[in-house]
Amino acid sequence: MSIQKRKRYASIDKKECVACGSCIKICPLAAITVPKGIHAEVNRNQCIGCGKCLKSCPASVIEIVDEVMHKEDISYEKQTKKVV
Amino acid sequence: MKSKQKKWYDYLWIMSLLYLLLGFFNILFAWLGLICFVVPLLISIWKGNKGYCNHYCGRGQLFALLGNKLKLSRQRNIPAFLRSNWFRYGFLTFFLIMFGNMLFSTYLVFSELRSLNEVVTLMWTIKLPWNWAYQGTRVIPGVAQFAFGFYSLMLTSTLLGMVTMVLFRPRSWCVYCPMGTMTQAVCKIKHKN
Repeated sequence: MSIQKRKRYASIDKKECVACGSCIKICPLAAITVPKGIHAEVNRNQCIGCGKCLKSCPASVIEIVDEVMHKEDISYEKQTKKVV
Repeated sequence: MKSKQKKWYDYLWIMSLLYLLLGFFNILFAWLGLICFVVPLLISIWKGNKGYCNHYCGRGQLFALLGNKLKLSRQRNIPAFLRSNWFRYGFLTFFLIMFGNMLFSTYLVFSELRSLNEVVTLMWTIKLPWNWAYQGTRVIPGVAQFAFGFYSLMLTSTLLGMVTMVLFRPRSWCVYCPMGTMTQAVCKIKHKN
């Protein structure tokens, strides 16, 4: 028997991010920071993948990914796909 | 969800708007624009982050307001070349050259080699008469010349930001903003190790 765990979160293309901070302002969970002024970082534990940051990002470098984890016996198989 | 309470710096867009308006009445207010040049650099050098862009940039807030609240933006993806490094650093270089050119004009007026030119130059080419915004002799002409040049720079960048705000996302200007590029470069150097 297989158990599925799903997790949606925002993923940032760090090479293309301009660190403007638009995503910081829009994130309802304060899950995004720009700690070193180089690129934004998402706290995956806090992010729920609502997609607000994606819509506000002026550089269009954010995507929402849907991570599906299958638990079979004791091992997890991770599948990640871009949903937006 | 955490509630997002507005902070004092969320209203800095009013200052940006006020700055543009004041330039119509007295060009000497243009000097205040230096704050937008000096503060981001100081924050990036001392603190090693883009705190100015992330929280205090009134211009970014103004574009967000116009694009989102007033729905003036088409909310389209920005073309990839506009966020490429060659374009961002190329635009920064161009901007700095034009800034240097403006400083040279100021120097000429300071040294009385050229008389005061009471114009605001849009897009570095279109000269608009702006003599109503300078009433006279309270300051030496060089000070006024810098104000005309600096206001030209600020008005031009606001106009460019407005165009990209309408065409793409509200804060598209932030992608190629010379100050943003420069402060990000400072942060990259500062955090190299």
